[in-house]
Amino acid sequence: MWPLVLVSSVGCYLLKLLGLAVPQRLLAGPGARAAVLALPVALLAALILTGTFGSGTALVLDARAVGLVVAALLAWRRAPLLVVLLGAVVATAVTRAVL
Amino acid sequence: MRRDAIGLGLGVGVFGLSFGALAVTAGLSLWQTQVLSLLMFTGGSQYALVGVLASGGSAAAAATVAWLLGARNTFYAVRLAPLLARGPRRAVEVQWVIDETTAMATAAEPDGRAREAFLLTGAAVYVFWNVGTLAGSVAAGLAPDPELLGLDAAFPAAFVALLAPRLRADPVAGAVALLGGAVALALTPYAPAGIPVLASLVAVAPVVLRARRTSPTPDVTPGLTPDLTQRPTDGGTG
Repeated sequence: MWPLVLVSSVGCYLLKLLGLAVPQRLLAGPGARAAVLALPVALLAALILTGTFGSGTALVLDARAVGLVVAALLAWRRAPLLVVLLGAVVATAVTRAVL
Repeated sequence: MRRDAIGLGLGVGVFGLSFGALAVTAGLSLWQTQVLSLLMFTGGSQYALVGVLASGGSAAAAATVAWLLGARNTFYAVRLAPLLARGPRRAVEVQWVIDETTAMATAAEPDGRAREAFLLTGAAVYVFWNVGTLAGSVAAGLAPDPELLGLDAAFPAAFVALLAPRLRADPVAGAVALLGGAVALALTPYAPAGIPVLASLVAVAPVVLRARRTSPTPDVTPGLTPDLTQRPTDGGTG
């Protein structure tokens, strides 16, 4: 796992450094801006859905879905992060215990 | 300003705590987890990396997702470049360029205290994030079976918390999220874990094309820095 940890970390650092090295013009286009704004949205949505319904290469419906609903409700109501996390975790654990 | 930085730091500390616990649960060692928080120092990327690994994704997929989520730091660095030190120290200070420091620094610009805000916030977040990570990873080492505790649900929950402010800030984001999510789900049965997540990037293309067609003059960061009023649910250091 060490190669992954080190390579990914150095890569992230280099991305920060890149902002200092590259002329502003290159990154300032509206296309680039729109892409950078949209990137995390697409990735986060994908991470959420695959993390809730994915199991290897299968799609399943299990207790995690309950956790997702609870997390979404809490986040929508602007609950602090800790509450969102705990809510989802507890809801999932309880659902697993009960079903 | 000091109080703001500390308040922010505490929230970040909690996020770090959960990251440390989940990383160890996913199989990383205490040291590996800590090095991520010290060296990568980008919350969203770190969480995504561990999330992809925990769902069975390859190291390559995990690293790529982490880098893609970290790409916005490049834009933040462009924005903050004028207030970083000159010379070699610049390369050290740039490590602290993330969502939080960019938001606080740009907010302090009208008062001429941008650099001060950057350094204070950077220091607070760095310390709290790393201390939190350490505490979380140590605590997780003492805990029983993670799935029994529902801990695997913590990943999607954290990503929901990170996504929510973005959905609120921009109406188009909802469409991007739906499209990206749908692509990822559709590909799950056909590709190894991690790849479907990367494939969600196709959802970015329509946005880019539309922006190119309708563009006014560009300025690098209005809208890129998270709205500080969203602070309660945007728990991450990026």
